[in-house]
Amino acid sequence: MITLEHLSKWYGSTQVLDDCSTQIEKGEVVVICGPSGSGKSTLIKCVNGLEPFQKGTISVDGISVGDPATNLPKLRSRIGMVFQSFELYPHMSVVGNICLAQLHVLKRSEDAARARALELLDRVGLRSHADRFPSTLSGGQQQRVAIARALALDPIAMLFDEPTSALDPEMINEVLDVMTELAKDGMTMVVVTHEMGFARRVADRVLFMDAGAIVEDAKTAAFFDKPVSERAARFLSKILHH
Amino acid sequence: MRYNWNWSVLFADPYLGWLLSGLGWTVLVSAAAWIIGLALGSVIGVMRTLPSPIARAIGATYVEIFRNIPLLVQIFLFYFVLPELLPREMGRWLKRDLPHPEFTMAVISLGLYTACRVAEQVRAGINTAGRGQASAGLATGLTLAQVYRFILLPLAYRLTIPALTNEFLNVFKNSSLALTIGVLELTARARAVADYTYQSIEAFAAASLIYASISFLIAFLMRRVERRARLAGTLAAGTH
Ligand SMILES: Nc1ncnc2c1ncn2[C@@H]1O[C@H](COP(=O)(O)OP(=O)(O)O)[C@@H](O)[C@H]1O
Ligand SMILES: [Mg+2]
Repeated sequence: MITLEHLSKWYGSTQVLDDCSTQIEKGEVVVICGPSGSGKSTLIKCVNGLEPFQKGTISVDGISVGDPATNLPKLRSRIGMVFQSFELYPHMSVVGNICLAQLHVLKRSEDAARARALELLDRVGLRSHADRFPSTLSGGQQQRVAIARALALDPIAMLFDEPTSALDPEMINEVLDVMTELAKDGMTMVVVTHEMGFARRVADRVLFMDAGAIVEDAKTAAFFDKPVSERAARFLSKILHH
Repeated sequence: MRYNWNWSVLFADPYLGWLLSGLGWTVLVSAAAWIIGLALGSVIGVMRTLPSPIARAIGATYVEIFRNIPLLVQIFLFYFVLPELLPREMGRWLKRDLPHPEFTMAVISLGLYTACRVAEQVRAGINTAGRGQASAGLATGLTLAQVYRFILLPLAYRLTIPALTNEFLNVFKNSSLALTIGVLELTARARAVADYTYQSIEAFAAASLIYASISFLIAFLMRRVERRARLAGTLAAGTH
């Protein structure tokens, strides 16, 4: 469903993505890990066209992301994205956050959008917070709202960029639980995370990135059992002994 | 100094009427100039934050031009110089047929000047409001225009309410410069009352008091608006 072929990207003269290729099937859950600055965020931002790239191709559901003729807003509305720092709209209520794109991208009616928003809030356990404002919620709650906001557009795939790294430890699980449910329901997911417990339990595959390149692309069990590259092994031992 | 105080002159016919009509023109000039300043200033401010380098350059040029010429000179340029520079027909129309030419030119030049000040506030507001929420909006399929309309501008305005209030108070006070091209606004009328009655202290005291109390009232109201906007869960508490 998501195919990357020889993807390279530069910021000015610094190369941040180096010949990345991989393929993600429908319903697959892929975790991306790797040291800070290795290009994980950049990679997933290329997938929905938030970042331009100079070489290679990305196609999502058969649509080429880099093609200037592609209607990017339309493509993005079919891919949900969740950010490390939530990025809720602080001037809108929780329901307002979840309805905005439903109203103005999908052109749903107010009633339909609100109904869908409440249904999703139920699913992430925040129905009673519908009319609160983001700043009155805890980090974990805000991130669950952000997930609901992305799901409201009925995406064909979800991208997560370190969804739990800005959270206090006691709030990490409430977010991971929602993501685990989502994976069980068959959502196609690409998750940048260092939560190796989550990766082990939920991921089908793990990609390890270093210096802009995908240095390891393995089935979850194989990755944790015996990573091929020495860099991935070192990274794993460091993070698991933490 | 011998000075015959006579405050009652302020309430006598026709001087009270003059002052009130002057106040009316002051409010009219300020409000019209503010509408131009806010609308055009928002456009220029947004242009300075767009990805396109051409849009940014146009915005920056506008701001530099209008910020660096004294307002009084700008008003004279519009009123005295512009009609001479335009093609003859248009110039004549401006001077002879345009209804209330001094009012119109005062509003336009005050409005354009205010726009450059508003633009700087809007730009700062958008930059503070943050790329994060804009990315989130784009990621849901909103167009860049929709991101500005529903996310960045509402946040920028909320963030800059105090600064924008200040700019409005500046327009209100700067509107007194319109008297130099013949608008019979409050300051001009106060001077007329002083000339006719020789009670210049009372006349200008009245004008000062009116300016000050209206400014105070606006500042007071805007502070309440700001507090409400903040209570509605905006940026005071942040998003993290
Ligand atoms: N806007 C930018 N301009 C220049 N360099 C950037 C920009 N964004 C990211 N980078 C660089 O690209 C590299 C990859 O960044 P990123 O994708 O954020 O890494 P990760 O998410 O793995 O920590 C880093 O070296 C970072 O400094
Ligand atoms: Mg990152």
